Amino acid sequence: MQKIEAVIQPSKLDAVKDALVEIGVEGITILEARGHGRQKGHTEFYRGREYSVDLLPKVKLEMVVTDEMVEKAIQAIITTARTGKIGDGKIFVSKIDEAIRIRNDERGEIAL
Amino acid sequence: MSDSAMRLCFVKVGFVKLCLALCLMILSGLTTFGPMAQAQTPAAQVAPSSASQADRIATLEKQATDSATAIAAAQTAGDNAWMLVSAALVLMMSGPGLALFYGGLVRKKNILGTMMQTFAMMAVITVLWALVTYSLAFGDGGAFIGGLHNAFLHGVGLMPDKDYAATIPLQTFMVYQLMFAIITPALITGAFAERMKFSAMLVFMILWAIFIYSPMAHMVWGKHGLLNAALGGKFPCLDFAGGTVVHVTSGVSALVTAIYLGKRLGYPKVPMPPHSVVLSFIGACMLWVGWFGFNAGSALGAGSLATSAFVATHFGAAAAVLSWSAAEWIRQGKPSALGAISGAVAGLVAITPAAGFVTPMSAIWIGLIAGVFCYFMVVKVKAAFGYDDSLDAFGVHGAGGTLGALLTGVFANSVINPIFGAGKPTGLLEGNAHQLLNQAIGVGIAWSISIVGTLILLFVIDKTIGLRVSEEDEREGLDLSQHGEEGYDWAH
Repeated sequence: MQKIEAVIQPSKLDAVKDALVEIGVEGITILEARGHGRQKGHTEFYRGREYSVDLLPKVKLEMVVTDEMVEKAIQAIITTARTGKIGDGKIFVSKIDEAIRIRNDERGEIAL
Repeated sequence: MSDSAMRLCFVKVGFVKLCLALCLMILSGLTTFGPMAQAQTPAAQVAPSSASQADRIATLEKQATDSATAIAAAQTAGDNAWMLVSAALVLMMSGPGLALFYGGLVRKKNILGTMMQTFAMMAVITVLWALVTYSLAFGDGGAFIGGLHNAFLHGVGLMPDKDYAATIPLQTFMVYQLMFAIITPALITGAFAERMKFSAMLVFMILWAIFIYSPMAHMVWGKHGLLNAALGGKFPCLDFAGGTVVHVTSGVSALVTAIYLGKRLGYPKVPMPPHSVVLSFIGACMLWVGWFGFNAGSALGAGSLATSAFVATHFGAAAAVLSWSAAEWIRQGKPSALGAISGAVAGLVAITPAAGFVTPMSAIWIGLIAGVFCYFMVVKVKAAFGYDDSLDAFGVHGAGGTLGALLTGVFANSVINPIFGAGKPTGLLEGNAHQLLNQAIGVGIAWSISIVGTLILLFVIDKTIGLRVSEEDEREGLDLSQHGEEGYDWAH
């Protein structure tokens, strides 16, 4: 079991979500987020005053998948979320020790 | 039946009453030329007896009097309907209009505190108006301030006051003027946003209403006022709906307050962008609509002058949207929503003294000039001097009001409003250059009373209860520190 965390452009959420459902990812958590990478934000003007906004709106997806699903999910996210421009986001993958379904105490991959 | 009564019938009564008037003419003709007519009439013809003739005249006289009364009542009904609607529209400008406009421009943690400052005016200034300020502004008095004859609204009844507005109940006039007294101090709150104690704000506004608004309103609009153009003031300053009384006083006092209180913590290093231009947008649109009550209502009746002021108001606002947006588009590359709505307010401010005196085309000129001028004041001048007029109360209202008051002296037209008598030149463009001087005197007095008065009030309050919230409270925000609540609760 591995956890995939992906920070993407909000405008790409629908496409990414559809692609993940397509390849059989069952559960997904989505968070509205703000942040920046090397892109360092943009500037906004309010009544002539310039504000540099360094925390940009992003969407963060979290999902825990079986080991054989990981690469397929990563490819699905990359192909749908990529615009080729700066600010497309990042994907992080980490190991998960245990998954538990609260409803019936099922453990392991069956709980995913 | 007198001749004047007959003329009244002809002039004021419609076609239906024409028959009545004709009867009267025939009857009066009969009384005058009766003997001659009788001489020419064969004796066999039956003449009406003198008793029945007198009865008939009495009946007709009564009908004529009744119809004159009915006409007056009908005009009162029409004018009063518009004036009550206008009063409500002007109140809507404060809450929710201005409260939303300002509320959206501050940071999240200060939205309720900012809205409460305006809302508090709706309550505090209202009660104060009944106690004393109506009397100080509009009661009989000297050239500078009214007396106390109308304190506690004594003598302010349902009969019209012929000097102020002959066709509406005096209470309508009183409550309409109250709405102006509410929004004026509320406008100042934009300058000291996010940092003034609620208690100090209340004390300041009460004193400001008494010592600055009341004399200024009396001078421009009150009986025997120094600047009153309609009631024989020494320096007749044209101010249809409050360019000097409302916008110059509030805007200049705002500047003084912003400088006296000092900048917000972190200004201008810490970014303080508006937390919701959406709220401001809704508020600005309500201000635009409410302004029809503000300006067209200042005709104090529902006649053609109200139409003229209504039209000028709308055209002025629209033109200023265009010019502010154009300036912004050229200088920053994008026309922002905040710029467009700020332009609208700037245009509405500038057209306020001029509406009811100028043609629609002049209104467009005033709007175009005001949009660029206020943009310049807000973007360049404020940055150059570095004062923290947080929501640009001075840049829009003080600057726009001053500009509008002066331009009124330029564009005022006797065809639209022959305030100095039919055909007598009113503004500079008509050849009355002297009017520009009178406008400048009005503006100068408004600036002086606002600067001196506000400084004294701020000093006194600062030395007694203090003006600013503590640094800790300012960081926490006015919502929590002043009112113990939050505008937005994301957890539930």
